[in-house]
Amino acid sequence: MNQLTNLKLKVWRQAGPETKGHFESYTVDKVSDEASFLEMLDQLNERLISEGKEAIVFDHDCREGICGTCSLMINGRAHGPQRATTTCQLHMRTFKSGDEIVIEPWRAAAFPIIKDLMVDRASFDRIVEAGGFITAPTGGAPDANLILVPKPVADAAMDSAACIGCGACVAACPNGAANLFTGAKISHLNVLPQGQSERYKRAEAMVHAMDDQFGSCTNHGECSAACPKEISLDVIAMMNSDFRKSKSKNRKALSRG
Amino acid sequence: MSGGCEPTTSVGTASMAQTITKSRGAREPVTGTALSSRKKRPFLVDIYSTAVGKKYAMAISGIALMGFVLFHMIGNLKMYYGAYELNNYAAFLKELLYPLAPKGAVLWILRGGLLAMLVLHLHAAWSLTVMNRQARPVQYQSPRDYEVANFASRTMRYSGMIVFSFLVWHLLDLTFGVVNTVGTEGEFVREEVYQNVVRSFDRWPVAAFYILANLLLGIHLRHGAWSLFQSLGWNNPRFNAWRWAFATGFSLVVVIGNISFPIAVLAGIVKV
Repeated sequence: MNQLTNLKLKVWRQAGPETKGHFESYTVDKVSDEASFLEMLDQLNERLISEGKEAIVFDHDCREGICGTCSLMINGRAHGPQRATTTCQLHMRTFKSGDEIVIEPWRAAAFPIIKDLMVDRASFDRIVEAGGFITAPTGGAPDANLILVPKPVADAAMDSAACIGCGACVAACPNGAANLFTGAKISHLNVLPQGQSERYKRAEAMVHAMDDQFGSCTNHGECSAACPKEISLDVIAMMNSDFRKSKSKNRKALSRG
Repeated sequence: MSGGCEPTTSVGTASMAQTITKSRGAREPVTGTALSSRKKRPFLVDIYSTAVGKKYAMAISGIALMGFVLFHMIGNLKMYYGAYELNNYAAFLKELLYPLAPKGAVLWILRGGLLAMLVLHLHAAWSLTVMNRQARPVQYQSPRDYEVANFASRTMRYSGMIVFSFLVWHLLDLTFGVVNTVGTEGEFVREEVYQNVVRSFDRWPVAAFYILANLLLGIHLRHGAWSLFQSLGWNNPRFNAWRWAFATGFSLVVVIGNISFPIAVLAGIVKV
């Protein structure tokens, strides 16, 4: 185990949603290179608390890269410099002693800052509320494999379902667009047989919910590059295609009464 | 509005607070896939009101404009056959489909269509840019480290604006003759396309601006010709690899063809 010394942190501190924020500098010494990025922040927070100062607020939960709670813009990259990695799974061995590390919250109108590095991502919930579900009958559990799903379809759905809703796509997007998230949530259900009956209602409703809150896609690809689950840009194209179809199909369906 | 989780609605550019700016969607709680709450609007207006719909408009108008730049370049290649061929081709365009259609009718329909597509392209770009600015009212306060966003994709609106201003100059130069040099009779003769082109490019700053604008057009096309597939949802593993190849090939063909003209004039290959 090696120790990192003299890490110069520049951390965004903001007391609340309506107050002005600023960068605060901290020096962190004696960090194990086996520590995760969040453990390094824990270490700093413990010191701040023991000094009677206020700890830095940041989001975290499972710390094993599957819950989508941690965030952080680290040196200008969502979830830090390592690809396909959430901040909690980013280890300090990625950095060197003496490095300057700049930490900022996700920035988007739809992600209001709650405090310091913590943002409110309820806007994602509103997109999922609009159609990120299937309607299934209640009652006894159906037999397994009652609905057969071809393997490539199951794989494609699983690739989309890997989205943990962390918001890195929005944070990384120069336009603050949520197309990768919405595309993942739509295509996850829209490729499966279980999702077919509500397919076009879903595409239309979820795109509108996205549109109300986020920017638009200009196909940079930053979202996919930042995504800890490496969701492909293909889901955006699938969403665009289904939205186009949904507009005419829903219009026809609604006009039948 | 019910519930206590409603986002606060004020933001000052002065304050660093990062809150939802305004009620771009002051919303009721969403219940299921409810569609009826949307305002009733004509179909195309309804689609165009969404960001995804505006991107369809960008892509479709982009395809139309791509068609124009390609055929414009191909037509201009007649320059290499000499003055008669090029001027004759210009005259032919004016009489397209004559006598089936009146002289000039088809050309004006094409011009009208192109103008409409250009306006649509500009309007969509403008309103999407406004939307994107609103989506991030408070910028990152530290430098971003972009991973894949390239020069072309990040400068689309600037390359587009420069190409547009070039287009205005180009029309003033070779269509209206306002900024062209005069011919032998001391007068700009629009029908003498070949002579006008040579006289225009003989001025090296004009040739330089032309070359610069066309390089930017190529950069713009490189991103746009790929991007349109994504925007329209034309995505399939069977041909995804070909989308970049198409975009690169298309922009190269257009740019190399176009840039060859001023170079040929300056090198004395094409001369009066």
